[in-house]
Amino acid sequence: MAETERETILDIKDLSIAYPISIGTVRAVEGVSLPVYKGEVLGLVGESGCGKSTLGLSVLQLMKPPGRITGGSILYKGRSGESRDILAMDQKELLDLRGKNIAMIFQNPLTSLDPLVSVEDHFVEAIQVHENEVKRKDAVARAEAILGDLGIESRRLAEYPYQLSGGMRQRIMIGLALILHPDLLLADEPTTALDVIVEAGFTELLMKLKRQYDLSVVLISHNLGLVAEMADRIAVMYGGRIAELASVDDIFDRPLHPYTKGLMDCVPNILLDQKELTAMPGSPPDLVNPDPCCPFAPRCPKVMGICRSKTPRLVDYGGRSAACWLYERKD
Amino acid sequence: MRRILRYVAGRLVLTIPMIFVLLSLVFLVLRVMPGDPVSAMLGEHAPAAYLQEKKHALGLDKPIGAQYLDYLGQILRGDLGRSMIFEEPVAQPIFEKLPATLELALFSLALCLAIGIPLGVRAARRRRTGHDFGIRLYANVVYCIPVFWMGLMLQMVFGVFLGVFPIAGRTGSRIIVSDFDTTGLYVIDTIIHGDIAALGDVLFHLALPAVTLGVTLSGIFVRLTRANMLDVLKSDFVLASRARGVPEGKVVYGHALKNALIPIVTMLGLQFSALLAGAILTETTFSWPGMGRLLLERIYLRDYPVVQGVIIVYALLVTVVSLIVDLLYAVIDPRVKL
Amino acid sequence: MNENKNEARADRARFSPASGLAKALGAFSEAARKYRVEWWILVAGIVVVGLIVFMTVFPGIFTRFDPNDQSAGPQLGAPSFAHFLGTDNLGRDVGARMVYGARTILGVAIAASFLSALIGIPLGLISGFAGNWLDKVLSLVMDSVYSFPGLILAIAFAAMLGPGVINITLAVSVVYIPTYFRLVRGQTLQIKEELYVEAARAIGARKSVILAKYVFPNVIATVVVVFSLNIADAIMTEAALSYIGLGLPAGIPDWGMDLSMGKKFLPSGVWWMITYPGLMIMLLALGFTMLGEGLSEILNPRLQEY
Repeated sequence: MAETERETILDIKDLSIAYPISIGTVRAVEGVSLPVYKGEVLGLVGESGCGKSTLGLSVLQLMKPPGRITGGSILYKGRSGESRDILAMDQKELLDLRGKNIAMIFQNPLTSLDPLVSVEDHFVEAIQVHENEVKRKDAVARAEAILGDLGIESRRLAEYPYQLSGGMRQRIMIGLALILHPDLLLADEPTTALDVIVEAGFTELLMKLKRQYDLSVVLISHNLGLVAEMADRIAVMYGGRIAELASVDDIFDRPLHPYTKGLMDCVPNILLDQKELTAMPGSPPDLVNPDPCCPFAPRCPKVMGICRSKTPRLVDYGGRSAACWLYERKD
Repeated sequence: MRRILRYVAGRLVLTIPMIFVLLSLVFLVLRVMPGDPVSAMLGEHAPAAYLQEKKHALGLDKPIGAQYLDYLGQILRGDLGRSMIFEEPVAQPIFEKLPATLELALFSLALCLAIGIPLGVRAARRRRTGHDFGIRLYANVVYCIPVFWMGLMLQMVFGVFLGVFPIAGRTGSRIIVSDFDTTGLYVIDTIIHGDIAALGDVLFHLALPAVTLGVTLSGIFVRLTRANMLDVLKSDFVLASRARGVPEGKVVYGHALKNALIPIVTMLGLQFSALLAGAILTETTFSWPGMGRLLLERIYLRDYPVVQGVIIVYALLVTVVSLIVDLLYAVIDPRVKL
Repeated sequence: MNENKNEARADRARFSPASGLAKALGAFSEAARKYRVEWWILVAGIVVVGLIVFMTVFPGIFTRFDPNDQSAGPQLGAPSFAHFLGTDNLGRDVGARMVYGARTILGVAIAASFLSALIGIPLGLISGFAGNWLDKVLSLVMDSVYSFPGLILAIAFAAMLGPGVINITLAVSVVYIPTYFRLVRGQTLQIKEELYVEAARAIGARKSVILAKYVFPNVIATVVVVFSLNIADAIMTEAALSYIGLGLPAGIPDWGMDLSMGKKFLPSGVWWMITYPGLMIMLLALGFTMLGEGLSEILNPRLQEY
């Protein structure tokens, strides 16, 4: 299949995020470049602490203080056509962007809704902060409409979050995110707190809504199964950097980076007669004042001398990229 | 409606043991302590027959068990006894002075919240900055200022040196209280009667005492609000609201603060107790004719039945406020099962 | 066999008082680095409290007057070189009364807090650990007393007991028994559920042993903090009692009483009789508060808040 010039909706260029703390600076995200194409589902996977959540939050500049962006840009190309750097936006533009152009949903549905606010009021607020001339009646009608898409009865509008199940609350989260028809949805571990059956329903719903609302999705997760099902492309993160970026098939069937290979080996295969689970030895790197080297070097089965002294760059190998000295020419 | 009544009834039932304990405690302190109240108050050098007579009049020569039952029975009937010094039922001076204390307490509470909560919110929003440390310093210092000293200092500066505010009493000499006295809460009374001049006078007299009590107790609310706000601001729903583009002001005051205030409401009961205690000292300092001053006066006069009566009323007040707070809590938090 | 002995020796060394002290000092300086502000608060508290305690032990360094000497100076003399803080209506030097008054208030406050702790802590331990009807009854009583205005309770006790240092101490201490009870009971309940207590029970340790070896040491840290804060509170209560005249007999210098005396002369512009006693009360209470707050941050550091 020829690689046509696909339209990017979000282009993260050389982004770095750091957290200055009392014992040093944590380099949570380091030099990450990642394009998100229009209409795709991009999976962002990695272990806890690899920086994927931080990266996701940074798109809407929602990082917790003292997190700071120390370099790079995030270009957003919305419906209007022109590319804007999110990091250069002022507060007003940012407030406008959030919810209306780019939406985000989070991990824990049980605590993601204000317990003192009814479902209806959540929706009315979501609409009125962006379109303040909309009357309450109309806002409620729109809320009812989207509840229909979500498979929730409209009587739930008058209820409070504590009266709803976790799965329902997560669906309301999506509803609140999509009520203003954004182009891009960031989903940060959306099913981690849900049980498998609810998760399956959620996945189905998300794919349906993606088609219906013509969304692009960035799916942040450590659940490889979920990502395998939903994503078109996958970016694997490790130690604050992108280790590998390729189509879902390439990642699962022909992984290049040793870390990706290790991840694939860790997932037990129900068809094989496995007696033991495979795990990767070692633990994630300490990102406080890191040395220049490949972050995976201490744990890599294929480590070489250069891995410990120079950081590999993310290099394109014909439609897919990897950051590994095994493939990069050492010049 | 019925569910609310059931909830109220349920809370009332739980309150009864508490009242019981408090009333018993009062009995314990005032009658079981070394020396009986009559001797303690009249002195042991009074003639024995006189002491006997007084003791008998108060029923103090009966066995303790019988006294206890008499005591409880009396209170249940609403009878607080008669004063030992003046010819009046105990209830009379108490209910005369109660509105004065209530008015002081309520205004002080309002001031307390008006100062404490905004400061707490600001400290939470600007965590670990100069604002935060300054506000926390204020809270800690203010908590350590003795109420009566604060009162005296304010009297000194604003009353004696600057002469702006009056330093004693509820009204000036030219105001005729009986003109408007209906509920005993003068601010309300003067408004009802449309007497603006009197209203002004009453407010001026209320100013220093209310500021004294309100500022001293505001420290606690500052700390509480700050702590709760810090917690709530970390919540997921706050992050989710921000992600939807809700402006920061609305996030903080519309979402975070409302959630943060719930634990504060539950603390209001305890704070009211602190308020009543502080009011005694404030009343003494400002010659405010309330229950606190009555208590102290009658202690000096050895009017034991009135002393007992005042303390019982305090106990009842605390319990009632506690009940009100519980109801308030049920109203503002939809999660409370009514 | 020798290995076991060496291991045991190493264990004992690890838990010895010397290593404990070293650890504490280490924690102290690490805390100083991490918790800039809180450390300074602790230091400020230690300095203030230390200074005032020093003053109670060596009053002669701070003043040469006798606090009860009515011929020390003129009556109602304003602050001057001779009398830095002025003189009161009976000609006594205010400064001397400040210095010597510290003993009274500090003595009562510390004794009262100690007494409250002595009664409240064991009751809390037993109640929390027993957990049956005893716990319910005690909790009901303590909660009721706790919700009642403490000062009024103290006033009632003081009124019935009469004046005197011991009586005042008793009156003040009653107010704070529920504080210690609730604190210790809460901690006990928590610790009871901890796994290591379950383990101890599983190997058959007696209840008293569990209480002493596991529950008590963990509770101590919080208690120390509360003790300091409690002393601050007790100071305020004692001062209040003296202010309203239920405190000590006239011969003993007492800041609260000085305030109530000074109040009478305020309308005539005598400001020094009320300013200094109140200031002293505030400083002393503040000192113990800072001590308690500072200790609290260092002993139980909150999870790193940015």
